[in-house]
Amino acid sequence: MTDTLSQSTSQAAPDVVAEEATVKIRVRDLDFYYDDFNALTGITCDIKAQAVTAFIGPSGCGKSTFLRCFNRMNDLIPGTRVVGTVLLDGQDIYGPDVDPVDLRRRVGMIFQQPNPFPMSIYDNVAYGPRLHGVKKKSDLDDIVKTSLKRANLWKEVKDILDRGGLTLSGGQQQRLCIARVLAVQPDVLLMDEPCSAIDPTSVQKIEDLMAELKSTVTIIIVTHNMQQAARVSDDTAFFLQEVMGEPAHLVEFGRTAEIFTSPKDKRTEDYITGRFG
Amino acid sequence: MNEPIRDKESGLSNAERAPKLKLVSQSTYLKEAALKNLFLVCACVAVAGVALIFVFVGWRGWPVFSEIGVGKFLLGKEWLPTEQLFGILPLFVGSLVVTIGALALGTPLAVGTAVFLSEIASHRVRAIVRPAVELLAGVPSVIYGFFGLLVLRPIIAKLTGSLGFGPLTAWIVLAIMIVPTIATLTEDALRSLPPGIREASYAMGATTWQTISRVLLPAAKIGIVDAIILGMGRAIGETMAVLMVVGNAPVFFHGLGQPISTLTSQIVMDMPYAAGMHRTALFGMAIILFLVSMGLVGIVRFIQRLREEQ
Ligand SMILES: Nc1ncnc2c1ncn2[C@@H]1O[C@H](COP(=O)(O)OP(=O)(O)OP(=O)(O)O)[C@@H](O)[C@H]1O
Ligand SMILES: [Mg+2]
Repeated sequence: MTDTLSQSTSQAAPDVVAEEATVKIRVRDLDFYYDDFNALTGITCDIKAQAVTAFIGPSGCGKSTFLRCFNRMNDLIPGTRVVGTVLLDGQDIYGPDVDPVDLRRRVGMIFQQPNPFPMSIYDNVAYGPRLHGVKKKSDLDDIVKTSLKRANLWKEVKDILDRGGLTLSGGQQQRLCIARVLAVQPDVLLMDEPCSAIDPTSVQKIEDLMAELKSTVTIIIVTHNMQQAARVSDDTAFFLQEVMGEPAHLVEFGRTAEIFTSPKDKRTEDYITGRFG
Repeated sequence: MNEPIRDKESGLSNAERAPKLKLVSQSTYLKEAALKNLFLVCACVAVAGVALIFVFVGWRGWPVFSEIGVGKFLLGKEWLPTEQLFGILPLFVGSLVVTIGALALGTPLAVGTAVFLSEIASHRVRAIVRPAVELLAGVPSVIYGFFGLLVLRPIIAKLTGSLGFGPLTAWIVLAIMIVPTIATLTEDALRSLPPGIREASYAMGATTWQTISRVLLPAAKIGIVDAIILGMGRAIGETMAVLMVVGNAPVFFHGLGQPISTLTSQIVMDMPYAAGMHRTALFGMAIILFLVSMGLVGIVRFIQRLREEQ
């Protein structure tokens, strides 16, 4: 798989190569359906590698739905359908032979509600590596330690690794979930309102963490908190469902600094300044 | 001095002008008290029922321990009432063999059913399978006995080259009987798991099977053990269906198709005609059954406490 990828990029023109390198996910004309309900329409955008992209928009405008297209979590909901293409490193993730299980290893996800497994901290972090065949205790030990360190949780839990993951505080649980995802070394990290159910100190820690992680991981975060979007993200996408029952679309997508200071679209400005949503 | 603020015209304080709260009327009070006592009576009747049975059984069965002796009764290898031999070990072993075999067959079946219902089946399939499983719990045990006797026994007779009365037939019949108990409780345990962990597991790149075997079943472990113990209680206590297929020979287990007997079925077999010490011994067996089920309830209690602590 990696071979075909490098081949295809090496054949492309030099300037395209340069551009390819910075775009992690390329979405073209995406439509999404829950049974008959067309939730999203005509979405086209490029998610940059090693950057943080924020998805903002009023409740119900399809941010989560769109986010879950990137790791095909929507496949688990019967009756859902994706039209259009989503290319991850140039490969169509909805292609006929793509294994969603392998995709999900490369595209990790953090949920709004921290959801550690009811097992020890160690086993939580070792879950992914074990799934993918790591058996040796010393290897697992290393992975668990590195992942917890990357998630800024190591100091707090290094002496209680065999304690249940659910005994941690909400903010710690969320960082445990981040460590669990990092343990399988994903390229992309999807975060669906990761900070809305935890205390402010932990929010700070997770925002710091995102800044550290983005040098190695492409991060997409859904947030309702405009300040957070402005603080942590490089790019921002604003979604809007203008009429109830009609599909939502991508209104504006660009550099966060521009979106927040000089939005091109009136609706974006209204939303950011809190005039609706 | 803290003089209350008074209204200039009426000279009443705020507290005096405010509408008074209604007092509890005498009839409400009586009704409440009556209801409370009614429920107390209900609870007492239940407790008294258990206590009475225990006292009665204990009183009638006690002489077997004092006159024959605990050792001879519990560890005696022969049950021959006509010769005044009242050793219940073969019956006890029979109960154990039948119960453990039924659990060994029934547990995987029931846990599999529960996993299917809670994790795999679509809404439409669940709407059919679930009531069917619940219906199994409502079928009278004599029907299971008939099924075992008329359908299973001939098949097992052919397979084992015996009459087909014996543990194997009893295992299969009992296994089906305990499926609803274990399956419903296991399904409850699976459903009460934190909802996000399934998504978390799938999002980590786990398959359905990996999610079930590595996350869900381990997380529901305590609830499942609980379910199995309650199923065990059901299997030990089951009488009618076992009686019809087990062969009722009070001897040690010696083959899948060879008749044996259990504590419960032997009590039913002998009670109509037993007299004297024989009758007393049957009550002694009832005491043993009582103690076993008390032990099981105790274990379940303990497990539920563990679960709450988690
Ligand atoms: N499982 C589902 N089945 C049918 N419709 C759904 C489902 N999930 C979401 N929807 C609909 O799709 C639309 C987009 O929902 P989505 O959850 O993606 O919005 P969101 O932008 O994440 O909202 P929020 O900010 O409240 O999380 C909504 O109209 C919602 O009602
Ligand atoms: Mg959402």
